[in-house]
Amino acid sequence: MIVAEQKPIGQVLDMIEPFEKILVAGCATCVTVCSTGGEKEVGILASALRLACAARGLKKSFDEITLTRQCDPEFIEPIKEFASQHDAVVSMACGVGVHFMAEHLPPMPVFPAVNTVFIGANPELGVWVERCAMCGDCILDKTGGICPIAGCAKTMLNGPCGGSNEGMCEVDPETPGAWARIVERMKQLGTLDKLDEIQPPKDWSTSRDGGPRKMIREDLKL
Amino acid sequence: MKSGSNLERVLAAGHFAVTAELGPPMSADAADVIKKAQMLKGCADAFNITDNQTAVVRMSSIAAAVLIQREGLEPVMQMVCRDRNRIAIQSDILGAAALGIKNCLCIAGDHQSFGSAGRLKGHPGSKNVYDVDSIQLCAILKGLRDDGVFQGGDPCADPPKMFIGAAWTPMGEPLEIRPRRLAKKARAGADFIQTQGIYDIKAFARAMEAVRNLGAHEQTAILAGIIVPKSAMMLKYMNSSVAGVTVPDEMIKRMTAAGNAAKKEAEARGEDEKAAKRARSRAQQAEGVKIAIELVQQCREIEGVRGVHVQAIEWERKVPEIVKGAGLLPRPDVR
Repeated sequence: MIVAEQKPIGQVLDMIEPFEKILVAGCATCVTVCSTGGEKEVGILASALRLACAARGLKKSFDEITLTRQCDPEFIEPIKEFASQHDAVVSMACGVGVHFMAEHLPPMPVFPAVNTVFIGANPELGVWVERCAMCGDCILDKTGGICPIAGCAKTMLNGPCGGSNEGMCEVDPETPGAWARIVERMKQLGTLDKLDEIQPPKDWSTSRDGGPRKMIREDLKL
Repeated sequence: MKSGSNLERVLAAGHFAVTAELGPPMSADAADVIKKAQMLKGCADAFNITDNQTAVVRMSSIAAAVLIQREGLEPVMQMVCRDRNRIAIQSDILGAAALGIKNCLCIAGDHQSFGSAGRLKGHPGSKNVYDVDSIQLCAILKGLRDDGVFQGGDPCADPPKMFIGAAWTPMGEPLEIRPRRLAKKARAGADFIQTQGIYDIKAFARAMEAVRNLGAHEQTAILAGIIVPKSAMMLKYMNSSVAGVTVPDEMIKRMTAAGNAAKKEAEARGEDEKAAKRARSRAQQAEGVKIAIELVQQCREIEGVRGVHVQAIEWERKVPEIVKGAGLLPRPDVR
């Protein structure tokens, strides 16, 4: 899922400073699962903003709404009219949601209340970890199912650099080094020999380096 | 000859090679580089010019390499993958070769967060590149040199002739992958290898045995890294905080004892606390030089070790004494 974390409330207050009627909009998909921008968090943020504005003597009103998905025009369409009764929208969705709301609502400012941090998973309560860097050309078949692009600070493709200490990455001693895990896993799988193959420089054009990405499925087009 | 560099000729002639490290300044001061070059001249076959080591901005490796070349020293330019993509890397290699540089050490480079690990601010918020890794970098240089082809496939009319180096951390974890990764570097194109600092000779000898079993010592010239210890504190720090460096307890004890003995003697002479501490520091420095000399000699005994790479970090003036002490002076003339 897409993992996001809330921005400091001060940043949100700065964004909405010129506006009076604010709509705080959550998203019921990824940001709900990572407890950042679902219905519950919308309620908490709206209350916090109300209190902060009241304490500063600012006359602002805050409405709340949570869409099934902000990244889908189908779910934005029904709230258009309600949204247009406001001066600005504070979106608690990921960056895609913020974009889609801005693209599909009538022209009005849409502000991000969260930082979209990575594509990841939730191994234990309160912890989220990155697992995919969306390079656009998956190599997990070569690395025992553990990604050195998402998992290694140097995106090493041919084995570990000199910087791991008891399996932990020297860049962050709390984080297991991707290559320590890859070596361990490939040992278990009996495929360590595969690491002897020299991996050529990666074609990053499928990654962000090729510019904004787009996928077209002709078979699904109307 | 692949490059015709002095280092390549020394190794080809079967001599035990010596390289030393020269760190460029955090300034545009050419005199600083020239002073260090004069200090080091004649004590090694080639001199590594670090490339923004520990991710701290310093004079570029290429520029400092040219400065020492003018002083009659042969540089080993360093090239880290952290700061340049394959376009900039190949462009700089062409430029370096045009300026007469014949050795290049290909390394991943310290992560940019390291620049602020010590007293400096560094640039921890910078974007890193790592377009290619160190093994791919070796292969790119080899492709350019031997096939005259850029990484993208275009021909290079007058290719740069570099003697290609790479690094090796024999005691880095996971240990079992290290000898294989060294062999991989050799296959990718590394003509010589400079290792991370070696203190634990027994562990290094075991790693070298694994390397010999793979035959990699015949495909690349391994130069053992010797980082001159300056104090017991430095050894303790290296042991606990530098990934891939292990220091045996006995060595730390030996350093501590040397310092304490000198401090006690100074106190017995009635010297004050400050003077006694200075005596301790001087004694540890002297012991450090002795240890470095012994390490050079011990590494030389290990089959497959073709030379040493001596690093006296911000203490370059000690290198000649160590090389001489190890019986490796004068350096061979292979012109």
